[in-house]
Amino acid sequence: MVAYIIILTRLLVLIEREGDCLALDWTYIIKYLPQYEEALLLTLKLGVLGILLAAAVGLICAVIQYFHIRVLKQLVQAYIEIARNTPLLIQLFFLFYGLPKIGITLEAETAAIAGLGFLGGSYMAEAFRAGFEAVPTTQIEAGKSIGLSQLQLTRFVIFPQALSLSVPALGANCIFLLKETSLFSGIAILELMNTTRDLIGMYYKTNESLILLVAGYLIILLPLSLILTWLERRLRRAQFGN
Amino acid sequence: MSNEPVLLQVNNLTKRFGEKTILNGLSLAVPKGKVFVILGPSGCGKSTFLRCLNGLEPVQDGAIVLDGENLTAKKTDWRSVRQKVGMVFQSYDLFPNMTVIDNILLGPLKVQKRNKDEALQQARELLTRVGLADRETAYPRELSGGQKQRIAIVRALCMNPEIMLFDEVTASLDPEMVREVLEVILNLAKQGMTMLIVTHEMQFARMVADEVIFMDKGDICEAGPPEDFFTSPKTDRAKQFLNILQF
Amino acid sequence: MLNSGIDVLFQGINLQRLLLGLWVTARIALISIILSFFFGILFGVLRTTGPKAVKVVLRLYLELFRIIPILVWLFVFYFVLPADFEINLSAEVVSILVFSLWGAAEMSDIVRGAVISLPVHQAESGKALGLSVWQLYRHVLIPQAMKRTLPPAINLATRLIKTTALLVMIGVIEVIKVGQQIIEQSSTEYPTAAFWVYAFIFVLYFIICYPLSAVSRRLERKWAA
Repeated sequence: MVAYIIILTRLLVLIEREGDCLALDWTYIIKYLPQYEEALLLTLKLGVLGILLAAAVGLICAVIQYFHIRVLKQLVQAYIEIARNTPLLIQLFFLFYGLPKIGITLEAETAAIAGLGFLGGSYMAEAFRAGFEAVPTTQIEAGKSIGLSQLQLTRFVIFPQALSLSVPALGANCIFLLKETSLFSGIAILELMNTTRDLIGMYYKTNESLILLVAGYLIILLPLSLILTWLERRLRRAQFGN
Repeated sequence: MSNEPVLLQVNNLTKRFGEKTILNGLSLAVPKGKVFVILGPSGCGKSTFLRCLNGLEPVQDGAIVLDGENLTAKKTDWRSVRQKVGMVFQSYDLFPNMTVIDNILLGPLKVQKRNKDEALQQARELLTRVGLADRETAYPRELSGGQKQRIAIVRALCMNPEIMLFDEVTASLDPEMVREVLEVILNLAKQGMTMLIVTHEMQFARMVADEVIFMDKGDICEAGPPEDFFTSPKTDRAKQFLNILQF
Repeated sequence: MLNSGIDVLFQGINLQRLLLGLWVTARIALISIILSFFFGILFGVLRTTGPKAVKVVLRLYLELFRIIPILVWLFVFYFVLPADFEINLSAEVVSILVFSLWGAAEMSDIVRGAVISLPVHQAESGKALGLSVWQLYRHVLIPQAMKRTLPPAINLATRLIKTTALLVMIGVIEVIKVGQQIIEQSSTEYPTAAFWVYAFIFVLYFIICYPLSAVSRRLERKWAA
C-alpha cells in the first residue's frame, strides 16, 4: 500500500511540474483553504457521529440475530433488507424533505446522522453477526465445560472474540460510510461537495476547487485505510500467533 | 472387580441423531480412582459418549449417575455438574483473549466464587506440576500445542472435579509434544484421579488403563484389563482393530 | 391530509413521468453494468496474468476509484472535461463513463479474487489427466471461477443501481429528479407531496434491488465452495 502512495505522489509531482496547462492558482487555493478545512471538519463530525450510531444499532441487531430472539429477529432482518436495498440519498431525502410534510421536522445535520446511522446500521449488523458466528463452537463448549453460565459465556468468551473477529469488516464499513458523507450535499449541508460546488459556481476555478475536494477526502480516507490494514495484520497475529 | 465405591454409573445409555443410533444402550461402572480407556475405530461413538457425560450432547434414553446424582433427570443443573466433571478437548480451546492464569482462574473465581488467593495458589501449584509455572502471564498464541494442552488440563483440574474426561487430547499435537501431555495424564492417574480417556495412543493406553473399553458402532464390544485386551482380544472386531494398528 | 397526499402519484401523467425517469436510470445502469463487466473481466485477467507494470497501473486505478467517493468522481469528470479538455458531454454520458470506470475497477477485483482463489491442484489434476489448456479452462477453471464471480457480480450490479441515485446531483433527469419536479409542481395542491413521492421512489428502488440481492445470496449459498 505504501508503495502505491509513493508512486502516486511521484506522479502528482510530475504532473505539477510538466502540466503548464494545469497552471494552478495557488493564491486561490490558499485563500479558500479555511473554508475547505471547515467543510472537512463538518464531514468528519457528521461521519463519526453517524458511524457511532450505526455501530450501536448494528451491535444490537447482531445480538438479536445471534441469540435468535423471537419476533425482534424478523424485524431486524426486514430492517436490514430495506436499508441495504435502497440508496442512502433517497433515505436522506425522505428524512429531510419528506418527513416534515407529516409533521416531523429534522435539522439537516440530524437527518444526516440519522440517515447514515440507518444505512450504516444494517452494514454494521452484518459485520458484527459474522464476527459472532466466527467464534468457534469448541470455544463455547470449553467455556460450558468449566461451568460458565450463558451470561458468563457471552461476557468472557463470545463477546471479546466476536468483536476482534469483526474488526476488518467494521473498518471497511467505516471507510464506506465516510465516503457516503459526500451525499450530505444533497440535503443542504455545507460539507466538502457543496463547498466545492458553490466555489466553482462563483469563481470558476474548477481545477483548484476539485483538487482541494479530492485532497480533502484523501486526507480523511487514506490514513484510515492504512490504519485498517495495520490493525487487521495485528489482529490476525493475535488470533493465530503468526 | 474392585471394592472401591462406584463413582460413575452408566445404565443403558441410548443416543439417537435423527434416524441414526449413535449409542446403543451402553452400560458402564467406573469406580473411584480408576482409569478407564475407551478405544475404538472412528465413528464408533466414543467422543459422543464422553460429551453426553457432561451434558454437551442430549441423550434419549438411559441413566447417568454420578456420585449418586442422576444426571439424566429432567431438572439437572449442568452448570453445577460440570464443576464435578472436568473435560479436556482435542482442540484444547484456551480462551485467546486471556492470559494463561486468567484462563485457569476464570472457572474457580466466576463460577465457584472462590477466594482469589486460594485459587491463585492452587493454580500456581498445578502449573508447577505440569512444568509451566513461568508461563503464567503468557497468552495462548505464544504457546506451543503441547503447552496449551497442558494448560487446558490445569484449567480443568483447578475446578477440583471428581472425574476427568479426556477426548483424544493428543490427536492434534506434533509427535514431539504428545509425550509431555501423556506424562501429565499418567501422573494424574498415579495420584488417584478417576478418569475416562478416549485415545488412539495404544502404548499409552496399555500403561495407564485400569480397564479398557472397546467400542464399535455404538456398542461396547469388549471390556477388561489392558493386558487381556491387548494380548488376547476376545471378539473379532477387537482383533481386527488391533491388527490394523500393528504393521 | 395524509390521504390527499398519496393521490399526487396518480395525478395526471405523474406516474408515467416517474416511470420514464426510472427508465433513464435503468438505461444508464444497464449500459454501465455491461461495460463494467466486459472491461472488468478483461482488467481482472490482466491483473492476474499480465506484465508487472500493467498490474501496478491497474491496481492504482482500482484503489483511486475505491478511495474517492463516486460522487466526487462524477463531479470531477462533469466539471473537468468541459473546462480543461473542451469535451462537452451530456450528463448522462458522463455518468455512464464514470460508472463504467468504477464498475470495471470493482469487477476486475472480483475476477482476480475468483481466479486466485481456485485451488492450484485443480489445474494440476486437470493437466495430469491430459487435458489441453483450452479444455482445462473450459471444463474446470472457468465454471469454478464463474461460481465465485457471479454472486459478487450481482452484488456489484445492485450497488451500481443504487448509486444511480447520485445522478440527480449532476442534473440527470432520472427518477429522483422527476420526483423533485413533481413535488415542486404539486406543492400547492398536495402539501404532503414530498413525503409520498420520496416514499414511492424508495419503494421502487427496493423492488428492483431486493430480488437481485436475494438471488445473489441464494446462488452464493448453493455454490458455497
